[in-house]
Amino acid sequence: MIINHPTLGPRDSAEFTYLGDAALLRRPNPKSETALDDFYSYQYLRDNPAGEHRELWYHEQGDRSWLVVTRNTVTHDITKVEFARDVKQAMIEKAIIKRAKS
Amino acid sequence: MSYSAFRIFKEAITGHKGWKPVWRKPEPQLNYDIIIVGGGGHGLATAHYLASKFDKKRIAVLEKGWIGGGNVGRNTTIIRSNYLLNDNEGFYEFSLKLWEGLEQDVNYNAMVSQRGVLNLYHSDPQRDAYVRRGNAMILNGADAKLLKADAVRSLYPFLNFDDARFPIMGGLLQPRGGTVRHDAVAWGYAHAADKRGVDIIENCEVTGFDIQNGCCVGVETSRGYIGASKIGVAVAGNSSRVMAMAGIRLPIESHVLQAFVSEGLKPLLDGVITYGAGHFYVSQSDKGGLVFGGDIDGYNTYAQRGNLPVVEDVCEGGMSLMPMIGKARILRMWGGNVDMSMDGSPIIDKTDIKGLYFNGGWCYGGFKATPASGYSFAHLLATDTPHDTAKAYRMDRFTRGLMIDEKGMGAQPNLH
Ligand SMILES: Cc1cc2nc3c(=O)[nH]c(=O)nc-3n(C[C@H](O)[C@H](O)[C@H](O)COP(=O)(O)OP(=O)(O)OC[C@H]3O[C@@H](n4cnc5c(N)ncnc54)[C@H](O)[C@@H]3O)c2cc1C
Repeated sequence: MIINHPTLGPRDSAEFTYLGDAALLRRPNPKSETALDDFYSYQYLRDNPAGEHRELWYHEQGDRSWLVVTRNTVTHDITKVEFARDVKQAMIEKAIIKRAKS
Repeated sequence: MSYSAFRIFKEAITGHKGWKPVWRKPEPQLNYDIIIVGGGGHGLATAHYLASKFDKKRIAVLEKGWIGGGNVGRNTTIIRSNYLLNDNEGFYEFSLKLWEGLEQDVNYNAMVSQRGVLNLYHSDPQRDAYVRRGNAMILNGADAKLLKADAVRSLYPFLNFDDARFPIMGGLLQPRGGTVRHDAVAWGYAHAADKRGVDIIENCEVTGFDIQNGCCVGVETSRGYIGASKIGVAVAGNSSRVMAMAGIRLPIESHVLQAFVSEGLKPLLDGVITYGAGHFYVSQSDKGGLVFGGDIDGYNTYAQRGNLPVVEDVCEGGMSLMPMIGKARILRMWGGNVDMSMDGSPIIDKTDIKGLYFNGGWCYGGFKATPASGYSFAHLLATDTPHDTAKAYRMDRFTRGLMIDEKGMGAQPNLH
């Protein structure tokens, strides 16, 4: 598989380490009343879909960046590659706007 | 139809006209007592033991493709019981004992060959770890022998003993481990189950569960609705997809494991060897091909084919362990879709939905488990209590902190 790195261009997937579902970026709130259940699902349960999957890859033998790769688990086609920090930043901004509105 | 030496002789002199199909091709009925979803080794073994050991009737195995088309026909055929943790070792030793009597039990030649499985060690700490493992095996009634380099050399003189970085210092041998012809296991269990009236229904994909008031009472399939009082799911690499239809999320990721076969060679390797310093293991099939493999690719996939980095890694492991392998050509390679669990150990348990049972999380090592998995799952389906050797394989062990993590890797499926 070739991963099209946002700044370094097409790189062999062998340069990367795989972590798993990008849902891991969404860490549960430890202060919530359901924290115990939330952390159990976060740590152990996975959707594991056949088809499109957003997942975390670490460019260990490159620029050491974390990426969110959108890849099809049936065909291995990669349709989108983003920096994880940008994805996380967007998540945080969205949460702040939501909180301001409510 | 039953198989015997007499039968072969009789067929030989009558032109082989009397052989019948190994199992029937029945139409699905409207209703069964027990349905098994998935006609892999585990599903077929479950049906066989339900019928033969627990005296259950009206059983069907539903397989979306053909039986033997999943991992049971894709693996590298190694059986062993050389685990470290008690929760695993008792179960796998039970399995090995069942393998020893399998062919008589199912009346089918599965070519069970106890040719010995040898795990090599390359450092003092690794030797110590293998001594500990060997003791754990012996405590659970299995067999284990620690070999020094000389003993390994007399078995396999062609290995790369004096490598500067990873010298072979010895190995842990399980003489009763070995290989079994994988697809004959599917056919043998199918044959025996069919003979006891189990309906094996191929080309029948389960597409939904009929769940009413928290109770599973039937399945939707590509061949129509089928009712049942109990439904057991044993679909290996497809576990998450199938259980999602019942609204259940699993502690499982699907990954791909690749395997390789070389061109046919003269007999040179009469056991199974695993390399202790890299991801590589090898045996020789009866047709002469070297059968080998290594690690999983390490990312989520349902593709049943892998990528080149792992091919390279496996070949490097082979070259470093037995350099002469470089002269052989690879004839075929393929991949299978394995159900990697969060602690590297399986699940055989009820679910929160009454009448729905789950068997999965076999990772890259569930072939050796086939008989015990089938037996334990049949025990659970028949009696609603876990079999003695499978008590720890509970679905809720992750919430209770009772993980069975052989390698101590944590909740990271691609590291198990
Ligand atoms: C390359 C490779 C090498 C391996 N080597 C070894 C080894 O040396 N030793 C070892 O112990 N283990 C090994 N394994 C692991 C072992 O093969 C598996 O753990 C084991 O076969 C899984 O159980 P099974 O036989 O029931 O699975 P499968 O044979 O995969 O059975 C599952 C069945 O469920 C069916 N199914 C899926 N979805 C549905 C549906 N919706 N409806 C109906 N049916 C469905 C599938 O078609 C399939 O036939 C290896 C695996 C691979 C891929």
